[in-house]
Amino acid sequence: MLSYLPSFAGGLLIGLSAAMLILLNGRVAGVSGILAGLGRPGGLRWLADGAFLLGLMLGPVAFAGLTGAWPQMRIAASLPILTLAGLLVGFGTRLGSGCTSGHGVCGLARLSPRSLAAVLTFLASGVLTVTLVRVLS
Amino acid sequence: MSAGARLAAGLRPAVALGSGLVFGLGLSLSGMLDPARVRGFLDVAGDWDPSLAFVLGGAVTVSAAAYALARRLRRPALDARFHEPTKTRIDPPLILGAILFGIGWGLAGFCPGPAVAALSTGALPVAVFVLAMLAGMGLHAALPASGARFTAASRDAR
Repeated sequence: MLSYLPSFAGGLLIGLSAAMLILLNGRVAGVSGILAGLGRPGGLRWLADGAFLLGLMLGPVAFAGLTGAWPQMRIAASLPILTLAGLLVGFGTRLGSGCTSGHGVCGLARLSPRSLAAVLTFLASGVLTVTLVRVLS
Repeated sequence: MSAGARLAAGLRPAVALGSGLVFGLGLSLSGMLDPARVRGFLDVAGDWDPSLAFVLGGAVTVSAAAYALARRLRRPALDARFHEPTKTRIDPPLILGAILFGIGWGLAGFCPGPAVAALSTGALPVAVFVLAMLAGMGLHAALPASGARFTAASRDAR
């Protein structure tokens, strides 16, 4: 149980980030939506979205600075599979209006039935995909 | 716009930068930058790794408290109103989009947040994934049927 403490603590930080964004800026912390907003440059909104993404990228750098090691990252997928996966994630999160952060962290917190439906659907689809990949390979 | 409102608006990018940094730090600490762990969570029938449930549990606990507080406030500290999603209907695009996202998530072990955060590690596979993800978003925006309608509707619905 203790080995999951960093995961839980990391989760608390992610929740804190979402809390800052809604209580101070009045915005939902949904990464796919913020990322898509970058395609429409100009204005304070765009600047804030860019700043959020810059901060997000600085997170692992700060982690490395604080702990002396980069976060662990084991990527099994090949580049063609990563390309296919990226296309699906990009298209799917726009069509479905959100990802793990927008629907998961924020939508569930807002008690949104729409987000709960999305979370249950992408969890089921992810589980099925990983299971199929394991069985077939 | 009053001087106070201008100052508040000017502070929003700084808050967003701080919020992004805390998010990225949280992702790094939680182990969610590691696709093997994320896929381990999705592998319920195999060697299941429950980490992600603890991450989501911790995150939703704090953000639920914040949203409960937000519901009692008239406006956020630095803006005139809350910009929350307006769509409430569980419709086919929502479900189809979630299915496609889940497939990509399961294949790579990356979702948008961790992928963008991990760009700073300089790993090539991450850059490939993020470029493909941006292309997928661009493809959605370019489709006449879905693009204009859903992007316009979801612009505030993030």
